[in-house]
Amino acid sequence: MKRNWLKGARSAYDVVVVGSGLAGMTAANLLSKLGHSVLLVEHHYNLGGLATWFKRKGGHILDISLHGFPAGMIKTFRKYWTKEMADSVIRLKSIRFDNPQFQLNTTFDRVDFTNVLRERFGVVKEVIDEFFTTARSMNFYDELKMTTREMFEKFFPGRKDVWRFLMEPITYANGSTLDDPALTYGIVFSNFMDKGVFTFKGGTDQLIKKMKNELVKNGVDIRTHCLVEKVHLEGKAVRGVCINGQDIGCRSVLSNSNILNTVHKLVGDKHFSPEFIREVKQVRLNNSSCQVYIGIKKGETIDNAGDLLFTSVADEYNTEKILDKQVTSRTFSFYYPEIRPGSDRYSIVSSTNARYEDWANLTETQYKKAKENLIQTTLDVLEKYVPDIRKKADYFEAATPKTFKRYTLAPGGTSFGTKFEGLKISRNLPKEIPGLFHSGSVGIIMSGWLGAANYGVIVANEVDKFMRTLKDETQPLVTASV
Amino acid sequence: MTKDEVRQAILDILADIAPDEDMNSINDEATLREQIDLDSMDFLDIVMELRKRFNIEVPEKDYEQLVSMASCIQYLQPILNDRQLAS
Ligand SMILES: Cc1cc2nc3c(=O)[nH]c(=O)nc-3n(C[C@H](O)[C@H](O)[C@H](O)COP(=O)(O)OP(=O)(O)OC[C@H]3O[C@@H](n4cnc5c(N)ncnc54)[C@H](O)[C@@H]3O)c2cc1C
Repeated sequence: MKRNWLKGARSAYDVVVVGSGLAGMTAANLLSKLGHSVLLVEHHYNLGGLATWFKRKGGHILDISLHGFPAGMIKTFRKYWTKEMADSVIRLKSIRFDNPQFQLNTTFDRVDFTNVLRERFGVVKEVIDEFFTTARSMNFYDELKMTTREMFEKFFPGRKDVWRFLMEPITYANGSTLDDPALTYGIVFSNFMDKGVFTFKGGTDQLIKKMKNELVKNGVDIRTHCLVEKVHLEGKAVRGVCINGQDIGCRSVLSNSNILNTVHKLVGDKHFSPEFIREVKQVRLNNSSCQVYIGIKKGETIDNAGDLLFTSVADEYNTEKILDKQVTSRTFSFYYPEIRPGSDRYSIVSSTNARYEDWANLTETQYKKAKENLIQTTLDVLEKYVPDIRKKADYFEAATPKTFKRYTLAPGGTSFGTKFEGLKISRNLPKEIPGLFHSGSVGIIMSGWLGAANYGVIVANEVDKFMRTLKDETQPLVTASV
Repeated sequence: MTKDEVRQAILDILADIAPDEDMNSINDEATLREQIDLDSMDFLDIVMELRKRFNIEVPEKDYEQLVSMASCIQYLQPILNDRQLAS
């Protein structure tokens, strides 16, 4: 008999959170602490969404999206999770670049970046300071007309080497390109530049375990292996959801499923105004990724090759080339035993940005071959940094845009939600259908661990406000106004 | 609520949001941001806490009223008084 993963669930909750990515989990935790009954529903067997890991025979643990996050995550852990999680954050020491234009090491913070820009690239201090100030002062309400390319052209005219140094890490961090609005660059760059790049001691598995314990402690009902198929409406109000064929009532839904899935699949176009749907159809998805996971044999060690390594053989930074199936640029993450105290194991993960279309339409044989080719060409490059890598490692696996799609259900296997315009759709969802909310990777600035988790908080605040207006229908909430 | 009680209530919220900061030295007239390391997420937390603790809704357009301790008190005291009368 098929197991009933909803066994013992209540017939109704205040809020159903669809998806357990960092946004969904953070929102669920907060809403439960604010006194609402919360059901957190995840179709996969693990929580975490893209913040995930997998284990393989031979004692290998491989992390998917633990390459690094900004310092702001410490505060986010402390405020919306636990102090213990905040205290487990450690800083990466060395971020390396190796490409035909330059080879260098940086600690990836403002002071060091300023030094590198002055000493290696010969940029004058005043220009660097003004660039940092401009990037830092950008916010959500800014003029959208300027692109990152125009901003670079203004500060570093013709300096393609400087552009690459400033852009390549951000392209890997959120899929943005020179043609996206400069403010998306400014916000994400400033987040990282604040104090460097950080990681979680204990690995993704420990983090998600701690989050799960915290959710349970705070009373969230968690259900894995549960697919939300539909959001039920009654007129313009949320009435419930259908999970694995079973209806559960609720007065609000916070979807952590991709924004386009939320609109088109979970709710359905016919429930929205035609103008809204017209705008939704303009939303561009962000790119997807390929990864190669390399597990080092038990007992083997590798010399320190830095924590993060941005390699490229392309002459200069080029968005199209970065996405090309003929890979020229890769980011390597090196995981040393220090990251998992008590363990003596090493692993290396190579990431590249990729297009879903390049992988979706291959025959099974072609797909297998393409994956094997990805692994072998990656090892060829890695050989330069870790000699004898083929002898030192005994586990190799590749993930493609199809893999990301299968696990997150995100259209096109998108790694970082949508381009900027998606954020407006996400924000306006409750204006179309009261009680319907979206949170999670969207609009470039809300992606990455920090962006997703904080956006979870921002939307949880709105859900709380909405739920209180419902609960206080008899006793109206005092609205502050002067 | 008296002015002092409102002030204490705000201090309690701030102490939770920024536990490493010294709340005793806050100058009521200067902006909070100048004295404590607060970002936009922290201000959102203040709004959430006000809702949770006192059932007060601060609309987005009024966020600027939370800029200093003095302006917080001036803005919140009449509402907190109303709140008490209403309940
Ligand atoms: C290869 C790669 C590397 C990355 N590296 C980093 C990094 O180093 N640092 C960093 O900060 N960020 C990184 N990111 C980005 C970061 O991981 C994501 O932005 C973030 O984790 C997204 O969180 P989210 O809340 O949007 O949800 P997601 O992680 O997208 O999770 C959504 C969840 O919802 C579930 N779901 C969807 N629909 C349904 C449904 N109908 N019913 C039930 N469940 C559903 C999915 O199964 C999934 O678990 C990386 C991303 C990728 C792809």
